[in-house]
Amino acid sequence: MSNIYKAFEKNKAFIAFITAGYPDIETSKKIIKSAADAGADIIEIGIPFSDPTAEGPVIQGANEVALEAGITTDKVFEMVEELRRDIDIPLCFMTYANVVFSYGNGKEDFLERCCKVGIDGIILPDVPFEEKKEFDETCEKYGIDLISLIAPTSEGRISMIAKEAKGFIYVVSSLGVTGVRNEITTDIGSMVRLVKDSTDTPCAVGFGISRPEQASKMAHLSDGAIVGSAIIKIISEAGDAAPEKVYDYVKEMSDAVHATD
Amino acid sequence: MGTESKDNTRFGVHGGQYMPETLMNAVIELEEGYNRLKNDPDFQKELKELFNNYAGRPSNLYFAERMTNDLGGAKIYLKREDLNHTGSHKINNVLGQALLAKKMGKTRLIAETGAGQHGVATATAAALMDMECVIFMGKVDTERQALNVYRMKLLGADVIPVTSGTATLKDAVSEAMREWTNRMHDTHYCLGSVMGPHPFPTIVRDFQSVISKEIKEQILEAEGRLPDAVLACVGGGSNAIGAFYNFLEDEGVRLIGCEAAGRGIDTKDTAATIATGRLGIFHGMKSYFCQDEFGQIAPVYSISAGLDYPGIGPEHAWLHDTGRAEYVPVTDGEAVEAFEYLSRTEGIIPAIESAHAVAHALKIAPSMDKDKIIVINISGRGDKDCAAVARYRGEDIHE
Repeated sequence: MSNIYKAFEKNKAFIAFITAGYPDIETSKKIIKSAADAGADIIEIGIPFSDPTAEGPVIQGANEVALEAGITTDKVFEMVEELRRDIDIPLCFMTYANVVFSYGNGKEDFLERCCKVGIDGIILPDVPFEEKKEFDETCEKYGIDLISLIAPTSEGRISMIAKEAKGFIYVVSSLGVTGVRNEITTDIGSMVRLVKDSTDTPCAVGFGISRPEQASKMAHLSDGAIVGSAIIKIISEAGDAAPEKVYDYVKEMSDAVHATD
Repeated sequence: MGTESKDNTRFGVHGGQYMPETLMNAVIELEEGYNRLKNDPDFQKELKELFNNYAGRPSNLYFAERMTNDLGGAKIYLKREDLNHTGSHKINNVLGQALLAKKMGKTRLIAETGAGQHGVATATAAALMDMECVIFMGKVDTERQALNVYRMKLLGADVIPVTSGTATLKDAVSEAMREWTNRMHDTHYCLGSVMGPHPFPTIVRDFQSVISKEIKEQILEAEGRLPDAVLACVGGGSNAIGAFYNFLEDEGVRLIGCEAAGRGIDTKDTAATIATGRLGIFHGMKSYFCQDEFGQIAPVYSISAGLDYPGIGPEHAWLHDTGRAEYVPVTDGEAVEAFEYLSRTEGIIPAIESAHAVAHALKIAPSMDKDKIIVINISGRGDKDCAAVARYRGEDIHE
């Protein structure tokens, strides 16, 4: 049983997304540490990509700034290696297929290094069910959960995806790209029910969540809530105070999610 | 000839469907719609009528006698896609996709554009078929192709300048993909080249293959034999695949794709994917891409906005792997010279994209025997490029 799966056992899980190297490497290390200290159950570390086609403007901007500031895949690995001394919760990478495919001699090098530095899972938004076979054997070899996503448009595909899902299932709440939304109009409950018909793998809802009551509502309908753009926005506005501000925010959000039944 | 491998989403290792889950049902729906209609005689009849009566097909295959005499080698024919309605080969694909989208019940077209030719063609088809139209265009390109922006607006399209990344073609593609994930129930993404996730590379190739179908008929009529070489410029590669496709089985016909080398393939200012890129995954497909050691997509450069793209369509990548087609780099300087040469010699102003293919012909034709035949695909007309070429020559003119 994977560490990610276990992170959902005690209570509903709060998953924080943080772009590695944003606004710079040192600050982002502190931010990730803060989020873990504040009660996040899993942290998704975004490895910046030049052309993040699944992201809205906020995370796109963070990717650009982080790359400008000199982040590279190797530096992200070094960061995680250091962070692992202080952080026990599961860590996932969220990045794009080419970052994995083009690393060193290929995905094998990337995933082996993930395993060495203590990464538990990986989310690749441009690798759907049809293309996952290219990555999942190697992921399995190194004990990395390749996280599956389902979207409001998945419909008849949900059971096929759920049956092979590892770690947790990322339920994309809305159409479009990542970003804060006032309202989530998708019938999350019935998406989750379709998943549960096929698997015990937990479901966490992401895209558009920013407020504690939204997170609590989504966690109630599933097994957890994922927040990205709202955290990146706080970082972009907080300057040097980013680690503290992220701590306060993650505390508030994870408390709300943990209190959800 | 079935160029696809067993996996019908791929050409050798290239292609595939590296797309967000949100769009998977949309691409599956598109594939089903296309498979249903592609052999439907009514659909083909309607498309042929649009090609012939609206776009002005078949386009001429013109014997460039003065150029041939001047170079003193192979006989040179020009396939005049520049004479199509809207001024380029882009209309072939767009009429096909717009008709397909309409039959699938879509009411809105979105598209990316680089030089603006695909945007203009899409806006044109949308006007003709009474569909809504939104075009994404890099901010840099809206500036270097201001006239085309106006044309699209005139045709009723919304033009959205894209400021992310390098604000050029690749960013316009990314933004169009993002918009599609937002709204697919009524919207078709009218992709402009033989790229992106399956089934786009196949659909676009099929609609563009009319080019080589006509070349074959026309050259057999004019010369009684097939050409020795077919030359076309390659960005994503739609005009090239269109010009190559019906010759793939004719091993005696050399197929030469001319990539934009920008300021040279030994500089960073280049967009020559085959010459400088390596295998990667981007924009829905596996293919060759210009990228750094960590897989970050490179900010490419070419004088030609239409070839200024860091990747190449998966079928070209496969034709390169198998050696069936050759890909050669052509610099800005060589393209500009060819642009001027064809204007002066034949009275034909080619698109700066197409001028890359003309430039390569200038290199190879003189040393070929006089009984050899070269066909150059003139994919578009060059009116749009006059201001940029003038600037390149240090002359500041205003449109």
